[in-house]
Amino acid sequence: MGLNQFTAHELMGKLKSREILPRDILEDLFARLKEVEPRVKAYARFKPEGIPSPEQSLGLPITIKDNICTEGLKTECCSKILVNFRPPYDATVVAKLKAAGVSIFPFKANMDEFAFGSSTENSCFGTTRNPWDLEYVPGGSSGGSAAAVAGDEAVWALGSDTGGSIRQPASFCGVVGLKPTYGLVSRFGLVAFASSLDQIGPITKDVEDAAILTGIISGYDPNDSTSVNQQVPDYTGSLGKGAKGLKIGIPKEYFIEGLDAEVKDVIDEALNKLKFLGAVSKEVSLPHTQYAVPVYYIIATAEASSNLARFDGVQYGYRASSDELIEMYKKTRAEGFGEEAKRRIILGTFALSHGYYDAYYLRALKVRTLIKNDFDAVFRDFDCIITPTSPTPAFRIGEKTQDPLKMYLSDIYTISVNLAGIPAISIPCGFTKKGLPVGLQIMAKPFDEETIFRVAHAFEQNTEWHKIKPKL
Amino acid sequence: MAIDKETVKYVAHLARIELRPEELDKLCRQLHDILGFIDQLSSLDVKEVKPASHILPICNVLREDEPRKSLSPDKALKNAPSREGDFFSVPKIIE
Repeated sequence: MGLNQFTAHELMGKLKSREILPRDILEDLFARLKEVEPRVKAYARFKPEGIPSPEQSLGLPITIKDNICTEGLKTECCSKILVNFRPPYDATVVAKLKAAGVSIFPFKANMDEFAFGSSTENSCFGTTRNPWDLEYVPGGSSGGSAAAVAGDEAVWALGSDTGGSIRQPASFCGVVGLKPTYGLVSRFGLVAFASSLDQIGPITKDVEDAAILTGIISGYDPNDSTSVNQQVPDYTGSLGKGAKGLKIGIPKEYFIEGLDAEVKDVIDEALNKLKFLGAVSKEVSLPHTQYAVPVYYIIATAEASSNLARFDGVQYGYRASSDELIEMYKKTRAEGFGEEAKRRIILGTFALSHGYYDAYYLRALKVRTLIKNDFDAVFRDFDCIITPTSPTPAFRIGEKTQDPLKMYLSDIYTISVNLAGIPAISIPCGFTKKGLPVGLQIMAKPFDEETIFRVAHAFEQNTEWHKIKPKL
Repeated sequence: MAIDKETVKYVAHLARIELRPEELDKLCRQLHDILGFIDQLSSLDVKEVKPASHILPICNVLREDEPRKSLSPDKALKNAPSREGDFFSVPKIIE
């Protein structure tokens, strides 16, 4: 068994006892990449001849999504407009990882351009494949991170989640993915998409790795004004506590038309398992659920249109040639941005423009309050809320690319969490008959990641789903 | 709501994105569909609801106005498509 197949906590044990050296892990990862990466395409700029010597590795390697700044290492958000961008500094999460003795893997994970997408089909480097079936998408936007972890091309990884971009690919690829509470993890050095929704989080092979990684990257950062100044608990302390007595809310709005019948069966069985483990569950209501997707596509695109104004050919990345400034901007952005990025920037600019601001942006912010209130009400009586992560398993490559609205609706179960700012995890909980993974989503109140890890770990340790690997 | 070509053209200009005629047509159709979907929000009564501009109870994050270490001009300009000395260089703005 190659070292690339182990979890991070298993490898930490082996490193500590000096059974292995960091370079041994890197050697096995590189061997795996040579073997399967040409088919999976989980990495943005992988070339076999670009593999560095494993000798320089100082610690356990981690794979980083292409929108998180790594000093000196290309960070292009899988967009032509950021071509050749080498950040002059590390994102806070990267600095924290280095300080904890974790080393940054020299290749970065593929993603939808600027995290705009649910399938990783919007990358300028091409589509990542789902390791469980190469004809299917890995989900997105952190599809590269999730596929790399699922296919043992990474030990663990970081992704970012604005509307489901960690949880949905984790679900599609059969791995663990956490979107932390807004404000728990510093966004400094994460290339901004929608600043009021974005969070960086772990994508891992099991719940223990997710707890360890969340502990490393969390905490107050004066460089992020939305970072919350409070003590970070030891999340590994939540593991092994079981699910006995936990109160689970099951929102009826998530079990309606559009939910795939096989996914529903798998989720029902998972809920039965949790009941068997001593949790109590009851149907609850989140009445504004149906408005989450429309609210999201106003707020997220409005914020994106503002954040992406900085890509104008002046400070970094691509510049089109022109003698006139405004024309240079327009050509640079026309040639540098992909189709989905243009669509979102224009939609967001529209929602913020004079005459439409009140009808769209302001109204969306108000409905966002209603969505948050729904969660607050349920969390007064329940410890967590459990739903499917996605209404369907992974879909076929190309199936939704011609219909943006259909693609947007694939995030219907994950978006509310970002709007409400709460944490949520996706863990593997079974397979469809075709052999595609299904994810279970567990949500909790703000800064209560401990309950999430507790429930997720109890379920995982009493099932075998996380141990099943794709055949590549 | 219906969104016409002129509006999309104008918004694209505000967003500083040049659109080819076929891109404009396609975008018009797609934005029409997306806005039609978003219009379900207008069925909600939100008169009494406060907007959630921010989800955390954070306001006015301030720090002491003291000089701190920052990037050197060389480091900051390293990714510039075009530079002159310690400046970003752009096409002429003033005649």
